[in-house]
Amino acid sequence: MKKQQTGQSMDRVDGRLKVTGGARYFADHQPDGLLYAALVCSPVSSGTIKSVNATLALRAPGVVDVVSHLNAPRVPAYQESKPGAKDGLKIFKDDRIYSNGQPVAIVVANTLERAVYAASLVEVQYNQETHYTDMNASMDKAFQNSRMKDYVRGEAGAWEKAAVTHTAQYTIPLEVHNPMELAGIIAHWTTPDTLTLYAKTQGVKSVQETIQDLFKIPEQNITVHSQFVGGGFGMALRIWPLEVATILAAKKIRKPVKLVITRDQMFTLVGYRPNATQQLSIGATAEGKLTGITHEAVAITSPYEDFTEGIVAMSKFMYACPNVNTKYQLVPLNMSTPVWMRGPGEATGSFALESAIDELAHKLKMDPLQLRVINHADVDPEKNLPFSSKYLKEAYEIGAEKIGWTNRNPVPRSREEDGMLVGYGMSSGTFGAYRGKATVSATLKADGSLVLQSAASDIGPGTATAMVQIAADVTGIAPEKIKFMLGESSYPFAPEQGGSSTVSTVGSAVSDACKALQQQLATIAISNIPAFKTAAPETIIYEDGQLLTANRQEKISYEALLQQQQLPEVKVMTTSQGGPERKKYSMYSFSVHFAKVHVHPATGVVRIKHIVSVADAGTIVNAKTARSQMIGGVVGGIGMALTEEAILDHRFGRFVNNNFADYHVAVNADTPPTDVYFINKKDPYINPMGSKGMGEIALIGFAAAVANAVFNATGKRVRDLPITPDKVLETTA
Amino acid sequence: MNQFSYVRPANLKAAIDAVAKDKSARFIAGGTNLLDLMKSGVVTSEKLVDINRLPLKDIQLSEGALHIGALVLNSDLAAHDLVKTQHPLLSQALLAGASQQLRNMATVGGNMMQRTRCTYFYDTTMPCNKRAPNSGCGAIGGINRMHAIFGASDSCIAVHPSDMCVALAALDAMVLVTGPKGSRRIPFTDFHRLPGNTPQLDNNLGKGELITAVEIPSNHFTKNIYYLKVRDRASYAFALVSVAVALDIRDGVIHEARLAMGGVAHKPWRLPEAEKALAGKAPTAENFRIAAGIATQSAKAYKHNMFKPALALNSIQTALQKAASV
Ligand SMILES: Cc1cc2nc3c(=O)[nH]c(=O)nc-3n(C[C@H](O)[C@H](O)[C@H](O)COP(=O)(O)OP(=O)(O)OC[C@H]3O[C@@H](n4cnc5c(N)ncnc54)[C@H](O)[C@@H]3O)c2cc1C
Ligand code: SF4
Repeated sequence: MKKQQTGQSMDRVDGRLKVTGGARYFADHQPDGLLYAALVCSPVSSGTIKSVNATLALRAPGVVDVVSHLNAPRVPAYQESKPGAKDGLKIFKDDRIYSNGQPVAIVVANTLERAVYAASLVEVQYNQETHYTDMNASMDKAFQNSRMKDYVRGEAGAWEKAAVTHTAQYTIPLEVHNPMELAGIIAHWTTPDTLTLYAKTQGVKSVQETIQDLFKIPEQNITVHSQFVGGGFGMALRIWPLEVATILAAKKIRKPVKLVITRDQMFTLVGYRPNATQQLSIGATAEGKLTGITHEAVAITSPYEDFTEGIVAMSKFMYACPNVNTKYQLVPLNMSTPVWMRGPGEATGSFALESAIDELAHKLKMDPLQLRVINHADVDPEKNLPFSSKYLKEAYEIGAEKIGWTNRNPVPRSREEDGMLVGYGMSSGTFGAYRGKATVSATLKADGSLVLQSAASDIGPGTATAMVQIAADVTGIAPEKIKFMLGESSYPFAPEQGGSSTVSTVGSAVSDACKALQQQLATIAISNIPAFKTAAPETIIYEDGQLLTANRQEKISYEALLQQQQLPEVKVMTTSQGGPERKKYSMYSFSVHFAKVHVHPATGVVRIKHIVSVADAGTIVNAKTARSQMIGGVVGGIGMALTEEAILDHRFGRFVNNNFADYHVAVNADTPPTDVYFINKKDPYINPMGSKGMGEIALIGFAAAVANAVFNATGKRVRDLPITPDKVLETTA
Repeated sequence: MNQFSYVRPANLKAAIDAVAKDKSARFIAGGTNLLDLMKSGVVTSEKLVDINRLPLKDIQLSEGALHIGALVLNSDLAAHDLVKTQHPLLSQALLAGASQQLRNMATVGGNMMQRTRCTYFYDTTMPCNKRAPNSGCGAIGGINRMHAIFGASDSCIAVHPSDMCVALAALDAMVLVTGPKGSRRIPFTDFHRLPGNTPQLDNNLGKGELITAVEIPSNHFTKNIYYLKVRDRASYAFALVSVAVALDIRDGVIHEARLAMGGVAHKPWRLPEAEKALAGKAPTAENFRIAAGIATQSAKAYKHNMFKPALALNSIQTALQKAASV
């Protein structure tokens, strides 16, 4: 047998293209006659547009058009929307301003510089109305979306009666995705009802579907290209008004138009992790058995959409606790709509839950790791189902050993190194392990090479690489001879790359397509090759790119079969999805994070010195890209824990730190040695590979590990992210 | 950004003339600050005068003083042997600033002339007396976590963001300038201004005047020095507060002390009273505590920077201890 490919640290199949500049991202495309766009955005946070005067802009050199609600082409879907329906911002439909930064016009010119300059010349007058951007000041507007009903297991509020209790409020600020690549699109109407798009998206098919709905044109008239994406993290999971604005401008002008938004526009036009306030209450017996958890969350949304995510999800099943109740409310503000951001919801919720567990452990005078272990949920207490696989306890053990947990002194502020206070902290994370529906075509060519196609995306994890490895193992074809093609709407359907589900969903379809291809080859052999004539199809052995008869006496390679039969290629197409196993098992990935921190006692500066993260994500398809994926999540977690916060001046409803100098994503100097370990045990039920998702759990829980470590170092409990020096100084021990 | 013309004169006189004669003209050196200001519409110059061809790139000793040309790059200056051996405080301060990429472009003159990072100043839809006199100060009633605690006024509470300048102020540097009316020398501590009623003026440089060099007189601050920068992330962030300390310790006594702070005022903030309190004293924790107390006595905080006086106090003590213990 050939070497197993899954699990190997195979280099990325597109690595060379990426480092040599050969990879073409959406903005790198240059259709003939391309024009450039710039947005004019509202400095007002609520009100109406009184007037738009584009006279000066239109007179500026190179300007082709200025499109606004006054002259934009009609969007058929806008007419269907019922008044008051919360179905999104309808860009250029009318004069209403819902939030600061909302695009009010798009300027198109023959160079980018000219478009940007002309955008500064468009004069827009507004009727300003009172705006609300401060959640704390708008709590009276809190409401519950029907998707997020109250949850009660056992008795609500049972924590209060426990022997040992803890209750506290935890807050996270608004966070912005800020991938390196800016958002935007190239739109080109090649006929009045045929549209070509070069998009930055996590799902070419969903873009196609959205555009189809909006413009009522047939699916096959919409072509979406998105082969490379420079980071998504959730912001590219949907079409935003900026893209529709560009499509409308291109429709009016009948030329290809490119828009790339600016960094400050990334704060208002492509979603964000909503700021949230959570009250987490928890009670246990004196021995540390949890008896009640109450988790109540409030987060923000826009006036025109209700964005909900899994903020309270983890509290329902993470621990074996008989009484759990949750509540989740939204406060609509004059803000754009939030969107999933890596580890969506769970990252927010786990900060509260995993900090509270640490606080409770402290009150119980118990090791927080021990408290977690004795409350380990052996079965899913929410769904009352066994887990399809769960190696969380092993993960705890590995993490504890690798960080040197025994060096942790349970008494806060009791260890120093080089004048720095030393602390250790830990936390756990979890996220649903999904498997959706996807279709893959597999084409074997006469030269023995295999081409797989599916409209999947790669926002960076190395999708094509993993798919090649999966296909190599099923077919025995060498990885160099396999090509996985993605990012084209003309390919067979695949869902968006989100929720850590691509390997599970598309990988399963690849596996199934490769198996179907082999069966097809067997059929050809049986009907045409004398030695195989009598073989029953189910007895054929597939090995190392060959067909073998059951007695292993006769064999023929796939390549030879096609050549003998003078077939240029053999193609199959297979659709694959999860089955009844999803109803019988509860499927989750798990992670644990351990952090060692230094805190400078006089200045409150926190530096993370060592991180150990362990993932229970089933079979690891590619050890190298998986490790990169985990480290990327951890770096995002460092930002969440220590530095990231988008700050609004509520008087204006405007961000005051909407740039890379003032919105602090973690930099290399913030990132200590990070050790990543995988349980790497197959989940027997989820999919043929046994792989669960990993993108989200890399970040979920991480911030709490740092907060817990800071407490251990200083005796100070910071419940309000990010943990900046001033908060450490001002918090009393 | 508006359209502008661009010239690159080869001699000092042509450069100065070009700016002196044109109301909206500006010098451009590394461009790391000016281009951002132009992109955000804060600066709308119609002519840029590129000074990078002027012969202002030397670092040399002249009569004991270290002469640093205005076009020396921040990265070159930090790595220069004479700087590392004779004025290591300057090297430390430079390396605490910005990022390697920015330091590779940023010049000494440009660093001195960089504008505040107050975000209201950069956002042309917001009020700001510095950008648009009499429009009000966005920061006083707004978000002011990064703002001043010393020497601010009712019209502006911005801080000067430079690290390099804090060290140069501590080292009693001289600024050499040449303008339409000839050359002059300005003590570094008099170069930048406090906001008063004219926050639009950052410094005392006249229209058309060009910084040609900075000179640091010889000193004894080669050993007991420290630049402490407290910031929100480990690198590539402006200071919440920074402290430059230079001590001349002889036989267990502080012969002379220099103390300056960044991130706390509209200019690099020298602390002469605290310096006096340290002179002739032993470098003890108690004396450092007293000096830090004196240094922060007049601090006045705003809604979001209430932490700064205490942070400043702690940081001064920490920096003094670090400087004394090498
Ligand atoms: C993201 C970011 C982070 C940063 N972080 C830090 C930091 O942590 N610490 C820090 O100290 N700095 C920091 N900086 C600022 C950086 O140090 C300055 O931008 C740089 O020093 C400016 O130098 P320059 O040569 O590029 O100036 P330019 O941008 O070319 O010019 C700036 C101004 O100086 C004028 N000027 C230039 N040379 C002369 C001269 N010889 N005579 C008269 N006028 C002149 C120009 O007309 C212009 O008005 C940061 C900058 C950025 C963008
Ligand atoms: S502090 Fe100064 S720079 Fe900032 S808004 Fe006020 S006046 Fe403008």
